[in-house]
Amino acid sequence: MITHNFDYKRPATLQEALGLLSDGSSKVLAGGMSLIPLMKLRLAAPECLVDIGRIADLNYIREENGAIHLGATVTHYQLENSPLLRSKCPLLSETAAHIGDPMVRNRGTLGGSVAHADPASDYPASLLALEADVVIAGASGDRTVTFADFIVETFTTVLEPGEIVREIVVPVEHSSAGYCYEKVVQPASGFAIVGIALRIRKEAGRIAEAHIGVTGLASKAFRAVAAEQALMNGSADPAAAKNAGALIADGVDANSDLYASPEYRNHLARIHGARAIAIALSRAQ
Amino acid sequence: MATTTTKTETLVGKRIRRREDPRLITGTATYVDDIQLPGMNHACIVRSPHAAARIKGIDAKAALELPGVVAVFTGADTKDVGPVPCGASLPGLRVPHHYILAIDRVYFVGHPVAVVVASDRYIARDAADLIEVDYEPLPAVADPEKALAPGAPAVHPEWPDNIAFTYQQKGGDTDEAFKNAEVIVKERIVSQRLIPAAMEGRGVVADWKSGDKALTIWTSTQIPHLVRTLVALMLGVPEHHLRIIAPEVGGGFGSKLNVYAEEALMGFIAMRLAKPVKWIESRRENFTCTIHGRGHVDYLELAAKRDGTILGMKMKLIQDLGSYHQLLTPAIPTLSVLMMPGLYKFQNIHAEIVGVFTNCVPTDAYRGAGRPEATHVIERMVDILAAELKMDPAELRLLNFVDNESFPFATATGLTYDSGDYAAPLKKALDIVEYHHLREQQKEARAAGRLFGIGMSTYGEICAMGPSPATPAGGWESATVKIEPTGTVTVMTGVSPHGQGEETTFAQIAADELGVPIDDIVVQHGDTAIVQYGIGTFGSRATAVGGTALYFALQDLKKKIKLFGAMLLQSEDVTFADGVCTCNKSGKTVTLQQIAGASYRAMTLPTNTEPGMVATRFWEPPNFTFPFGAHIAVTEVDRETGDIEIKRYVAVDDCGNIINPLIVAGQIHGGVAQGLGQALFERAVYDDDGQLVSGEFMDYAVPRAHMMPWIETEHTITPSPVNPLGVKGVGEAGTIGASPAIVNSVVDALSPLGVRHIDMPMIPETIWNLIRKGAHA
Repeated sequence: MITHNFDYKRPATLQEALGLLSDGSSKVLAGGMSLIPLMKLRLAAPECLVDIGRIADLNYIREENGAIHLGATVTHYQLENSPLLRSKCPLLSETAAHIGDPMVRNRGTLGGSVAHADPASDYPASLLALEADVVIAGASGDRTVTFADFIVETFTTVLEPGEIVREIVVPVEHSSAGYCYEKVVQPASGFAIVGIALRIRKEAGRIAEAHIGVTGLASKAFRAVAAEQALMNGSADPAAAKNAGALIADGVDANSDLYASPEYRNHLARIHGARAIAIALSRAQ
Repeated sequence: MATTTTKTETLVGKRIRRREDPRLITGTATYVDDIQLPGMNHACIVRSPHAAARIKGIDAKAALELPGVVAVFTGADTKDVGPVPCGASLPGLRVPHHYILAIDRVYFVGHPVAVVVASDRYIARDAADLIEVDYEPLPAVADPEKALAPGAPAVHPEWPDNIAFTYQQKGGDTDEAFKNAEVIVKERIVSQRLIPAAMEGRGVVADWKSGDKALTIWTSTQIPHLVRTLVALMLGVPEHHLRIIAPEVGGGFGSKLNVYAEEALMGFIAMRLAKPVKWIESRRENFTCTIHGRGHVDYLELAAKRDGTILGMKMKLIQDLGSYHQLLTPAIPTLSVLMMPGLYKFQNIHAEIVGVFTNCVPTDAYRGAGRPEATHVIERMVDILAAELKMDPAELRLLNFVDNESFPFATATGLTYDSGDYAAPLKKALDIVEYHHLREQQKEARAAGRLFGIGMSTYGEICAMGPSPATPAGGWESATVKIEPTGTVTVMTGVSPHGQGEETTFAQIAADELGVPIDDIVVQHGDTAIVQYGIGTFGSRATAVGGTALYFALQDLKKKIKLFGAMLLQSEDVTFADGVCTCNKSGKTVTLQQIAGASYRAMTLPTNTEPGMVATRFWEPPNFTFPFGAHIAVTEVDRETGDIEIKRYVAVDDCGNIINPLIVAGQIHGGVAQGLGQALFERAVYDDDGQLVSGEFMDYAVPRAHMMPWIETEHTITPSPVNPLGVKGVGEAGTIGASPAIVNSVVDALSPLGVRHIDMPMIPETIWNLIRKGAHA
């Protein structure tokens, strides 16, 4: 539980941070909820930490041009309690409320979590369902990728050395949309054994739009395409929820740990998928 | 001068807030890691990554070259330090020599192999990675039943059968009981290995004053005086030159009722380098190297008549000992055997213990130490019998309880239960949950296809450990009370509280006896240079034994107070009450403060009376105490997922008289949390190679506040006749009562599916599999 020796730098601006990262020997520190434990276990040994936590213009939640822009260092607590998100993108607030414990939510950040790409973290399910974008800052300027493209594999993203997640962009939801984040918590770690995020829009009693993101189940979060298709254009009733829920784990090579085998995980995904769909349907107007 | 005033309000029995808490919740308490000494080195221990291996060589060259590294020691350096002691003795017990650092072979993952000493903690840790140990891995065995199988790898080559001891206990005539039985139920029941996981891990600071040849060791322990005696012997330091200080101790739960290699090792390093040294255990070390608890596989048979009368019980107990005996390792299962009859009057038992070596960290005392395991199996077996007989489990228990007229009651295991009314807490708990109504609700729930369970446990305990002939180290306890010249009071107790609240409860006792405000009393403990010899805190003993020693010391002082009072009042006829001595004839008074001052000033002295106002008592308990109680858990199982919801939890405990209901409730809450953890999700998992898979909090679930049900606590009060306070002990009760109540409840919930037993932990996947099987049965 003792880290290797490392340097620590705390830039005041994003430009300064990008400059410090340019030699490739540094790692970005935001809330430290994932990186610091890895360093204490000596699974990570960066030579230098560049702490972006005090960069003022990375911490914002604002609505612009029909989308909500979330700065990288926005904490889970801020997302959970933001009036803007609660009214215009409640799925993300609900997801943030399920993360870790109050200490983790007070320190941990959105950007840090997505950049770490833990396959059992909560956000990926919702960010897939929301079709979020990730804005990445680098020495040669910003680039934007979809969240689906951002995550490559377990603990791997498209971030190049020297790049920083600048912001996440999510859509403004229509107030009639239904949503739900349903999570089965691993009792030791608090991470998701399975987490399912739902966005549903109804039109005239039928389902016009369905987005389902699933985390915790596989080596990376994914869209439950078969379940989405089963819902689309169907009637918005409990039977639909059950039928679509059954498809959530289709073809998935599930993870396992001491608390849940692959078979049980897939089962939980189906059961909780159906429950999440039912809740989202009941919330949709 | 102190502003001593008198008081008339009694404090015993009141919900007094813990006087310990301000320093704990404001972060001003001093734990071992808070000790800073000038020139102090820091140690990091190199530990085996293999469960079994030969050490072919150790190369510390690169580590020694790292700037800041002071020294590296290996087993070759420390081999003359005495072995880590086993305090338990059993006939024929095989005791492996437990060197403080491995010599040429390692026996479990985490076995200490070398130690690096450096000028700071970070350098020490870096240097540990530079030490190259050449291991030749050997086959290992991590499961006690596999270790008993023919051809299993030998943990210790000299004992290829892996059996450390066998132990038999018989009472009555079990053969006859089983011959006369109309029904016999059998089950294999596992009490899984658990990690005690105290909030503060272990830690040791050692400081050698070469001029005085004096060694001081700060260590996070429950038993500072026993550590002093045993570490003095290990290091060859005369005991009077060794001082042990247990500063603030952040929980122990039995895991610090021990003497560990690191305590002697830090003493060795401090003496060798003539500089202070600190070692703070990492959480990973806490999981792999501090003792585990439980680790039973039990085979049970219960014989009964069709009317429900229990006739006798047989148990084969396979105890996973791990690779070595720590202080009490082999003794723990013998406590299970003693507790086998539970609260029931049957007189025929036959128990056989097989203590098995495995390539794992040793097991030893963990909250309840043998008694939760025993209670779990007896309470499970009673429920299995009730199901077999189609009897109500409450009725079956009431039928078999020891009768109130039978106390003191001699058990088939040789104990004498002190006092009891075993039906009372069960009846109270049944009333609280409105049992008959609840069973009706259950019928309706079942008719609707819901899995609704009602489970109970009625437990007994062996507490207030204990009469010295029946304990490994002496079971008495000590107290000194000093009334200072200004009238304030210092209590020094031999018990070493570490969360149990005796700084409050002992002050309550002293305040009432002396009639002074609680703020005039301080309770000191945990430093062998300050406090007279004592045994320590474990086995729910501190108040029942240590509190009694205090009570008697206070009686001695009260006699002396009256002698001085009579002298000052020039009267033969005085009473002492509420901190004031009064002449019964004249009504004249002197305060305790005046009396204390006079006793030290000693201008005149009562006849045959020494100056000063100090009394010390060592109290030997004539018997254990036997608390009891009934817990009821109401659960509902999610048929689709196997999730268990505890809808209601009622704990009715009888711990005799209660000094402080707030602290007693806290003990029950904490105890239930640990029993619930075992029932629902805690388990130390070793793989076949002896690697601890549940090696971090990421993989080992302990209960957190949001996982706990609301606990409804109630009491019945049956004073113990064993001590004048009438107290029995409550530190372990919650843990003992909880696991069988919860398991019985979930088994009851699943009983419509044909389920009759579930081993712990009842993780949802296990329950889901049972539901699937049941649904297809």
